[in-house]
Amino acid sequence: MTSDVQVTQAPALEMRGITKRYPGVLANAGISLDVRPGEIHALLGENGAGKTTLMNILYGLARPDAGEILVDGTPVEITSPHDAIAHRISMVHQHFMLVPVLSVSDNILLGEEPMAGPIFLDRARAHRRIRELGKTFGWEIDPDQRVESLSVGWQQRVEILKALYRNARILVLDEPTAVLTPQETKEIFAVLRRLRAEGYAIIFISHKLHEVLEIADRITVIRRGKVVGSRTPAATNEEDLAEMMVGREVNLTADRGTSHPGEVILRVEQVRVKDDRRSEVVQGVDLEVRSGEILGIAGVAGNGQDELVEAIVGLRRPSSGRIELAGRDVTHAGPRQRHRLGVGFVPADRHRFGLVLSFPLTDNFILTDYYEPPYARGIIRNEAAIDARARRGIRDYDVRTPSATVTTGTLSGGNQQKLIVAREFDGEQRLLVLDQPTRGLDVGSIEFIHGQTIAKRDAGTAILLVSAELDEVLELSDRIAVIYRGQIVAVRDGRTADKNEIGILMATGGSGASGSPSSPAA
Amino acid sequence: MDGLIQLLYSVPVLGLLFQFVGYVIEIVPRIAPIILQNATPIALAALCGVMCERSGVVNIGIEGIMIAAAFVGWYVGVLVQPALGGDPSAFFGVTPALLVALGAALLAGMLISLLHAWLSITVRADQIISGTIINIAAFGLTGYLNTLISTTSPNGAGAFTRFRPPPEIADIPVVGWIAEMLLRQGPIAMSLIVIVIVFQVLLFRSRWGLRTRAVGEHPRAAETVGIDVIWVRYRNVVLAGALAALAGAYLSMEGTNSFQQGMTAGRGFIGLAAMIVGRWTPVGALGAALLFASARALGDSISFARPPGELGTLLGQLPGQFFDALPYLVTIIVLAGLIGRSIPPAADGQPYEREKAAA
Repeated sequence: MTSDVQVTQAPALEMRGITKRYPGVLANAGISLDVRPGEIHALLGENGAGKTTLMNILYGLARPDAGEILVDGTPVEITSPHDAIAHRISMVHQHFMLVPVLSVSDNILLGEEPMAGPIFLDRARAHRRIRELGKTFGWEIDPDQRVESLSVGWQQRVEILKALYRNARILVLDEPTAVLTPQETKEIFAVLRRLRAEGYAIIFISHKLHEVLEIADRITVIRRGKVVGSRTPAATNEEDLAEMMVGREVNLTADRGTSHPGEVILRVEQVRVKDDRRSEVVQGVDLEVRSGEILGIAGVAGNGQDELVEAIVGLRRPSSGRIELAGRDVTHAGPRQRHRLGVGFVPADRHRFGLVLSFPLTDNFILTDYYEPPYARGIIRNEAAIDARARRGIRDYDVRTPSATVTTGTLSGGNQQKLIVAREFDGEQRLLVLDQPTRGLDVGSIEFIHGQTIAKRDAGTAILLVSAELDEVLELSDRIAVIYRGQIVAVRDGRTADKNEIGILMATGGSGASGSPSSPAA
Repeated sequence: MDGLIQLLYSVPVLGLLFQFVGYVIEIVPRIAPIILQNATPIALAALCGVMCERSGVVNIGIEGIMIAAAFVGWYVGVLVQPALGGDPSAFFGVTPALLVALGAALLAGMLISLLHAWLSITVRADQIISGTIINIAAFGLTGYLNTLISTTSPNGAGAFTRFRPPPEIADIPVVGWIAEMLLRQGPIAMSLIVIVIVFQVLLFRSRWGLRTRAVGEHPRAAETVGIDVIWVRYRNVVLAGALAALAGAYLSMEGTNSFQQGMTAGRGFIGLAAMIVGRWTPVGALGAALLFASARALGDSISFARPPGELGTLLGQLPGQFFDALPYLVTIIVLAGLIGRSIPPAADGQPYEREKAAA
């Protein structure tokens, strides 16, 4: 904890009355926030509450319409990241700001290049400095390694080194744990505590309540661009914070009830799939999902989940193996055939798959069925049926939109996702494949989608849930399969699974075959 | 020795290959300088592409910049020659008029590039369309002005001349041929090699190079460490214009001493192909340009002087157009064979918007 001396110190950073208006939205309405040296101040809020806008203003990526920023009590003008860095403010962005094809050291020194003469970089000097900085945390860093070959956890360490390399004192971390395993989260928390002890002022942005309670000295909640209140972790709890965030009472854990698995709907046998670079990323996966059951796949992103899902819904051809749907071989069936056999699919990247953002909501509602009656009469669209379909979806799934004919791209992420869910969940599905169904969504939307998922399961649908959010997998799944380097390394019961064990399996694949292989016998 | 060669030549089918190799060895000393001359405008165009695209701006207007610079260089030479006068000096035949003309050509190229930069970076127009506009406008304008001017048939300002190394050099195998290729050249072709090496080193070892690559791969990441993405892109595109202009100047002031309508003949586009085959590196681009230029020199050589013997009879049956098409065929084959593994900068062709905050 912080000492008294530090608490009485003046804020290292103070933002006063920050207001920012985008066309049609008041993103920040007079937000004030401060952080002291040696303090972790958590900024909590739903997506679209204005957290990112506020931090973009602090970092010079956006200009406020009103308000001022003070560093060490002195008002400063921050018009570009360059200014922010000059005031020793550094940010670790949610989507890492690293250039994948460049080396670790090039990424760290970019913008603050040590020079040998007027033209050439002094990479040797940077290497020494980076190794030294890494050593203070016990990290063995290879400055020449390409960033794209690093795991997500290590990329984040590079981001932190980037900030320290610039002699930052004020550190902003935007959703730093969103992509980490529980173990990696623990490690980053240890790093943050250490930086706090060394007197760094840290702003920690999150929407994960338990993390905020664990790490923060102070928590400020914002909703719809306004500060709702501030708390210390001791004086609050998850329910209280959730209510402040959403503005109403929230059911934090979905009540999954009991499941009644029936016959096998999806059977995946020894499926192998190659990715776009032709390396085999799914290496012989066996899976079964029964009707009325949720099978969760837990795994660190990039362990073959995406390719496996694409093979199951028909977007990618497996190089070998067999996929059966309700006893029928669909290994070589296309996506439309599978859809007609009752496969619903909520893709991970709703901007690339699942929605045409430039279409009105109506057209997106019939994207999978436009060619069939009642939406088509011969080659002519049946506008009345299409319109009715959209209205029903909007009503039943609480899609917040000014009308059914606005462009889908204007909706918030949560409402876009509800649109996909409304389309894919509607009707008599045998199988629902949900890939990261709540990524980037706010607590309210997550609550809704989780509720709908459980309702579909109880109605007898087989559900395959893939999520990088271990909490989500643990909360919803009846069974959990852990995927590691393209293989299912373990299957556990969803109700008794141990979060730590799953986390370790995700990160390491378990101990694998016990012992090292001895020299082969003749 | 000769007996052995004759024996090899007479092997069925395989003998044709030996004959071909023999023919190539025979003509290389003669065509070595021509290869670099053919490659110079293509390689410079490719370098222009590398410099633009490494910073994230696609430039298909290189052809247009080249023809405009070729025209401006030649015509400015025509205009200033009477005033400045002077006889060609011993040093590459340089005259004051030629230098002024070269400067004008470079300036013209940079100005057109500035237009492309403004359209693609500030206006965020479609970069393909911007480049296409430049090509069409440059061809139309230079063609029209050339027609107007050529009726008065003015005398040109001459051209840069080539260095003449002692002829014995060409007799030394390999080393001599390379020396011949590098030395029997005018100033622009000679400087190409220097430009490639300097560009390659700067791209990977200097602050400018690192920032350029960062901006072309992930502009937002570059911006978050305080780099001015817009400025880096403007600077690169405008500088690249000078490279394309140099390619144009080569055509009207070193390769020839006159301007002809459409004299770039697709070299700007071949340069773009060379950029891709060379994987967006200066050395790779030069290599690709040399490959294309070699195919062209070989094709020309065969159509002018058919090889003797069986091979010659066989080649004689092919239509002459085949040899004209040879360099393009080589380009298509190499492009098709390599393009799958040639990955462009990640943000290539994407306009950058500053305040488009991540959602």
